[in-house]
Amino acid sequence: MTTVVNDVSLQVATVNGSGSQSANMVLLRAIFQMGVPVSGKNLFPSNIAGLPTWYTIRASKDGWVGRKKEIDVLVAMNAESAKEDVASLRPGSAVVYDEPLALSSVRSDVAFYPVPFDKVVHPISSEAKTKKLLRNMAYVGVVAQLLELEMAEVERAIGKHFAKKAKALELNLAAARAGFDFAKAQLKKTDPFVVRRMDATRGKIIIDGNSAAALGAMFGGVTVVTWYPITPSSSLVESLISYMGRYRIGPDGKATYAIVQAEDELAAIGMVMGAGWAGARAMTATAGPGISLMSEFAGLGYFAEVPAVIWDVQRVGPSTGLPTRTSQGDVLSTAFLSHGDTRHLLLLPATVEECFQFGWEAFEYAEHFQTPVFVLSDLDIGMNNWMAEPFRYPDRPIHRGKVLSKEDLDRLGGFERYRDVDGDGIGYRTLPGTDHPAAAYFARGTGHNEKAQYSERSDDWERNLARLERKVHNARTALPAPVLQGEGAEVGIIAYGSSHHAMLEAREQLRSEKKLDVDYLRVRAYPFHDDVEAFVKNHARVYVVEQNRDGQLAGLLKLDLTAELVPRLRSVAHIPGLPLDARSVTEEVAAREGR
Amino acid sequence: MADAKTNRIGLTLADYQGGKSTLCAGCGHNAISERLLNTMFELGIQPERVAKLSGIGCSSKSPAYFMSRAHSFNTVHGRMPSVATGALLANRTLIALGVSGDGDTASIGIGQFVHLVRRNLPLVYVIEDNGVYGLTKGQFSATADVGSKLKTGVVNELPPIDTCLLAIELGATFVGRSFSGDKRQLSAMLKAAVSHRGTAVLDVISPCVAFNDHEGSTKSFAYTKDHDEPLHELSFVPVFEDIGVEYNAGTTVDVRLHDGSHLQLHKLEESYDPRQKLQAVQRILEAQVRGEVLTGVLYVDPAAPTFLDRLGMVETPLATLPANEVRPPRTALDEVMRSLG
Repeated sequence: MTTVVNDVSLQVATVNGSGSQSANMVLLRAIFQMGVPVSGKNLFPSNIAGLPTWYTIRASKDGWVGRKKEIDVLVAMNAESAKEDVASLRPGSAVVYDEPLALSSVRSDVAFYPVPFDKVVHPISSEAKTKKLLRNMAYVGVVAQLLELEMAEVERAIGKHFAKKAKALELNLAAARAGFDFAKAQLKKTDPFVVRRMDATRGKIIIDGNSAAALGAMFGGVTVVTWYPITPSSSLVESLISYMGRYRIGPDGKATYAIVQAEDELAAIGMVMGAGWAGARAMTATAGPGISLMSEFAGLGYFAEVPAVIWDVQRVGPSTGLPTRTSQGDVLSTAFLSHGDTRHLLLLPATVEECFQFGWEAFEYAEHFQTPVFVLSDLDIGMNNWMAEPFRYPDRPIHRGKVLSKEDLDRLGGFERYRDVDGDGIGYRTLPGTDHPAAAYFARGTGHNEKAQYSERSDDWERNLARLERKVHNARTALPAPVLQGEGAEVGIIAYGSSHHAMLEAREQLRSEKKLDVDYLRVRAYPFHDDVEAFVKNHARVYVVEQNRDGQLAGLLKLDLTAELVPRLRSVAHIPGLPLDARSVTEEVAAREGR
Repeated sequence: MADAKTNRIGLTLADYQGGKSTLCAGCGHNAISERLLNTMFELGIQPERVAKLSGIGCSSKSPAYFMSRAHSFNTVHGRMPSVATGALLANRTLIALGVSGDGDTASIGIGQFVHLVRRNLPLVYVIEDNGVYGLTKGQFSATADVGSKLKTGVVNELPPIDTCLLAIELGATFVGRSFSGDKRQLSAMLKAAVSHRGTAVLDVISPCVAFNDHEGSTKSFAYTKDHDEPLHELSFVPVFEDIGVEYNAGTTVDVRLHDGSHLQLHKLEESYDPRQKLQAVQRILEAQVRGEVLTGVLYVDPAAPTFLDRLGMVETPLATLPANEVRPPRTALDEVMRSLG
């Protein structure tokens, strides 16, 4: 048996609400602290307690952090899903299981490690509820011993996790140690998977995308945050509440912000509209159903030209869909969210670093272009833990866009809100409360002329719509440019958002296994940068990889590209509700390329 | 005052004018706009400090017809409350005036109305109430009375939503009902509402001359005049004026408002005290049974904390905080990054 070093996918199957999250974080951290690239993905039900849940930890010496379809080591703690979980493994995998589940008879081509978890934790606590929780940390010890994790790093990770809870710390350390000791004494390792120290995580951090987005917003100078709880975006605002409470309270104890839980998403976006109009850097965070509800206000924001930042942490639709699963299903509808000729700016972060960066930059774009900016994250980026480079402090000062002050008005004598003075489609605005008799204008969703007066005249309407189109079109060169990897290949791939992680790995699989070189363009914003069309021009066939059914970004591209380029596009769209894996992309592209 | 034609901050009535109304001649809403304009003028409020907010409908167009020197936002149907909330979060120093209608408030917008009131957002919320949808040519709204008849002969069978009763229950701290045709009462009520700090809900019966001013309508001028049952005579003494006449405590209730001005209610109904919530609710329910249009200040609580008071915000408007107060320093990011390593 050849030892497999630092290339293992571990899955823990438990019951929702059993308290396994701490244990899984400890495993993730221990591997991270050993310098091995690692990622963790929580696959959980829309339920508080009782339904099956899986947590996957992938350690990869090559740095692949996307989902891997195949599980190498299964920790089976859940009677309900255990048999099916074991049945789905490849030969040669390993199963750590709770002994009463009696799984070893299910098949003979995987390594079984039965562990009597209740017995293992029995000496540590006599309290039933505590014991149930400690079973989790006991599997951490077992897995650590089997995978040869350094126990010192496991203990350090437990110490970090329970830093403020001395009693819990002591119990959990004991449970991990008990698991480790049991495995050492009773189990004989027959699988090949081990984790050995590397030096590939030095200086890096671990964070989820929602927390990263929250930090970005805070350093972007957000002042008004309104929200309505919805999975998977709630933790974005909850994280923001926590950070703002720490870093945005003045010496007098007063907050330089307001965070309001609204009565629904209509009110959340309405408050953002009011706050943006009145001059705050205002944002909300939501998911698909909330985005649908925000549609009417999105059109008002576009048409009355109100800066706003809306995070859509995408889950699976249509309708309530799969609330706790990931997708890229809101791209097309959000680009045109609302009735009439509406078109929005979209930012498409792929990493937690970009969640932070776009988190603050979104306000710059929103105030510069005086329009709502939608940041389309997803559950995979938002709620899962990712390794990342430490975030870079904003590299430019806050710029509030074209806002006229009292002094400006003294000098100018007056202004016209929707006149294209500078030829960029962006008018000048004033904020309510500006102490000048010529400051006020009448913001409205009804037809208006350049002076913001009600108008039903065709020429006013057409001029205004043409200016809005110009304004949004101009944004394409200001928004984050696409990122190109490779050049000169015949085949190109376009992807965005969380698909990026599977794409990086798929590109390597295509090269090494299928002998197919592909160039890769990662799109980061809509409207599309000119480089996107150039990329399609430079490639005979371009696969558009995304996580929805209809190939939504491919659809947006078809609207924009010149007619002769459209036939070059091929949609590779997957929507299993799970994060995209490289293998699915590799096999589909290879097959369609005849490899 | 130096000049009778200027107010205490030296502005003339012309400084409070708006655009020319495009509503029907004789529309109650125009009278209300006129009262609003006069209120702001007489109180000497700087127009630039006022934010006018509205939803959709005839009522919601009216902010264009008074105070052009105040910023205004004509939003979407029934959602003015959330936009007003956001505006006040951004700038807590604004004097917010919401103008809505019965459809905009009691039907499509009732969800937002309810939550605005619950928060006691400091804002004057005027419902220009005519019982019908005007811009879509005369369908019943949710404030139409049982038995009220449209011109087409259609009779309303569903009970009305009493926005005042609802507002009192949900926590509004100033609730009144008036009539666009009662200049004196409406003026005093508006001045008091503007001087109040908290949500002031004013349901103003404002007959629709085009679609609901005929025989058989319970929101017509004639019907409202005939059934108007004023609880009291109102007088308002602004903070910058002395209380001239001393009234007998037995016949007058004097309410000192947030800014130090006084609302005086000269009792027509001996026992009514608008600071008693239970009594207010009971009296409104009685009026419903008796078919009265009960007008006056129904309820007032001048001391309750507002939504903005509860948020612990800095005094400076959030909208204009300098960059160094809203972007934490580099050391803060470093500290967070260290905790995540």
